[in-house]
Amino acid sequence: MNKWTNTGQGPGLLISSVPGPTATGLGEPQAEVEETLKRIQSHKGVIGTMVVNAEGIPIRTTLDNSTTVQYAGLLHQLTMKARSTVRDIDPQNDLTFLRIRSKKHEIMVAPDKEYLLIVIQNPCE
Amino acid sequence: MQMQLVDKSLGSPQHPLLLAPTRLRTWSRPGGTCGDGEGAGGVPHPIPSLRPPAAGTMEIVYVYVKKRSEFGKQCNFSDHQAELNIDIAPNPELAEQFVERNPVDTGIQCSVSMSEHEANTERFEMETRGVNHVEGGWPKDVNPLELEQTIRFRKKVEKDENYINAIMQLGSIMEHCIKQNNAIDIYEEYFNDEEAVEVTEEAPSAKTINVFRDPQEIKRAATHLSWHPDGNRKLAVAYSCLDFQRAPVGMSNDSYIWDLENPNKPELALKPSSPLVTLEYNPKDSHVLLGGCYNGQIACWDTRKGSLVADLSTIEFSHRDPVYGTIWLQSKTGTECFSASTDGQVMWWDIRKISEPTEVVIMDITRKEQLENALGAISLEFESTLPTKFMVGTEQGIIISCNRKIVCTFSGHHGPIYALQRNPFYPKNFLTVGDWTARIWSEDSRESSIMWTKYHMAYLTDAAWSPVRPAVFFTTKMDGTLDIWDFVFKQCDPALSLKVCDEALFCLRVQDNGCLIACGSQLGMTTLLEVSSGLSTLQRNERNIASSMFERETRREKILEARHREMRLKEKGKAEGRDEEQRDEGLATDLEALVSKAEEEFFDIIFAELKKQEADAIKPKPMPQQPSSEEVQVAQEGEEATGERVGDEEEEDLA
Repeated sequence: MNKWTNTGQGPGLLISSVPGPTATGLGEPQAEVEETLKRIQSHKGVIGTMVVNAEGIPIRTTLDNSTTVQYAGLLHQLTMKARSTVRDIDPQNDLTFLRIRSKKHEIMVAPDKEYLLIVIQNPCE
Repeated sequence: MQMQLVDKSLGSPQHPLLLAPTRLRTWSRPGGTCGDGEGAGGVPHPIPSLRPPAAGTMEIVYVYVKKRSEFGKQCNFSDHQAELNIDIAPNPELAEQFVERNPVDTGIQCSVSMSEHEANTERFEMETRGVNHVEGGWPKDVNPLELEQTIRFRKKVEKDENYINAIMQLGSIMEHCIKQNNAIDIYEEYFNDEEAVEVTEEAPSAKTINVFRDPQEIKRAATHLSWHPDGNRKLAVAYSCLDFQRAPVGMSNDSYIWDLENPNKPELALKPSSPLVTLEYNPKDSHVLLGGCYNGQIACWDTRKGSLVADLSTIEFSHRDPVYGTIWLQSKTGTECFSASTDGQVMWWDIRKISEPTEVVIMDITRKEQLENALGAISLEFESTLPTKFMVGTEQGIIISCNRKIVCTFSGHHGPIYALQRNPFYPKNFLTVGDWTARIWSEDSRESSIMWTKYHMAYLTDAAWSPVRPAVFFTTKMDGTLDIWDFVFKQCDPALSLKVCDEALFCLRVQDNGCLIACGSQLGMTTLLEVSSGLSTLQRNERNIASSMFERETRREKILEARHREMRLKEKGKAEGRDEEQRDEGLATDLEALVSKAEEEFFDIIFAELKKQEADAIKPKPMPQQPSSEEVQVAQEGEEATGERVGDEEEEDLA
């Protein structure tokens, strides 16, 4: 009978989600953010991911700059409009998610008070 | 402070500190002088005091007294009840000096008076410009072009706690939706492979799209229409007055080409020397038009060259009557055409040498080429798939089918045949219109048409097949109605009957797509109608149904024809036998022979009709009438043929 014992592992082989201090100085919560974004990007059909702040400045993006800037500016305005529409109809309501399905792909916008998470996905056909 | 009411008129002793009232408001009678001014500044409250009316003015005076030491003192206001200071009762005697004015019209307005004023703004120039967006939104201290600064900014934001929380939250929502997308395609189309079953239940309809009116003052009838061969955006209309010698003085000879987009003004006017009765575009060359004139000449135009005639046939070699039919032929050169007229001739022309016809055929059905016997041709038909054959419809109601020489005739109409057209899908069957019916014929059946409409109340003037549906045709009538017939749908009535205008409709032309119909009226009004899609799209199985209907009717006619022929042969046989006997008896005088011959013919016709009715009814019919004694012999021969039991009895009687 073989018994698998957990032989002592050196620190080099530690598999942890906490990266050691790196040159960029990321802390743990930030690492989670990274991981979340990476996970989102790795889903099937996802073309691009970006995070935009309240002024429309792209904070994080996986697409090229010009496309990012375009998406950021346009979707920001659209989200504001959608949110104001929802609130006009019912002031106690609020926008939770916005999905735009086009011929080529689907743009999904998750709005927050200050930030927008935008994902472009090619739905499975 | 003392206040005293002073009545000046009474001249009471005045207080030393009396203020003499100066300018006071006065009221005066109309006609009298107006008092001047208002009360002086120092008079607080003019309490009216009356003077007896003298010298036309009434002075109302208020006098008060104030101690010198009290000047400038602050006012002590007190409140007291209202006191009636003066009560001026109306003096009825004064009314006699006035005349009542009734009614009095005065304007009263409670609002601000306003005036209307127009302003013409100056025109200002506008310009459309694009805006070049530059990346914005960056805070002032960050230069968006500097990569370092933007990276630094971004890093700063990423460290923000809000950011982290937000992303974690949004991330989970987003993931949910992404996974949802990946799991199911919510917009999937089910049953995409099944063909949509098209059931057009809509009722057939047609609507007028446009009306083109003859711009001339003296209205002429629109006698012929021709669609432009490419694209069908233009319509050529021939105008003329077909009443014999009753064309009004000053009537213009022009015919027009209309552009469908512009119904107000014709695109081009064609100016012949005599009004055009027919007009046709050359299907090979859309700039060339052929026109048949009222005086019998043939003219052709080139629209690139203008509105004057490009070429005209010489009058000696042209027709002697108005040219009623002109058709372009399918030839390699695309310049050949032929024309027909009521003078009984059909002429072939080559427009390159239009001065004389290349060939002339005389419509003489006795085949003797005698112009005197010729029948006047009213309509002409030529099918491009059968290049040598053509058909002519005549004034006498006979259709002549020719192959450069007369081949055969079809008779059946009581009046001139105004329209003649082969079915575009089944060229063996053709449609004719004349007198009060429209008839469909088959080339195989010479004696009668295979299908016909009922007798209408108004004369039919023109007819055309639909180019897309083999079972649909259109007819126009003298009372201004357009009928659309669909015989796979309904055989006894038109599928749709539209009253287009109040005057007679003279001509009709369907566009190649089967949707648009143009019809011309007696007052020169051309109406453009659009037919509903049900009538202009090929229905399922329609071709099969139409062809089977044609075949069935043709067969029926053939059977009737065969029977009829048999009848006639039998009649002839019997008649000849009886005639010989009569001659042997030596009784027959010319008159009697003629009379009996006439009676024979008469009964032949009746029996033929009877046969037809029998075939239709599939029941033995009773005898038409009781024959008189003189006609017994002839009648009995007939009765033999028709009635079974009855005939036998008669025979026995005879014998």
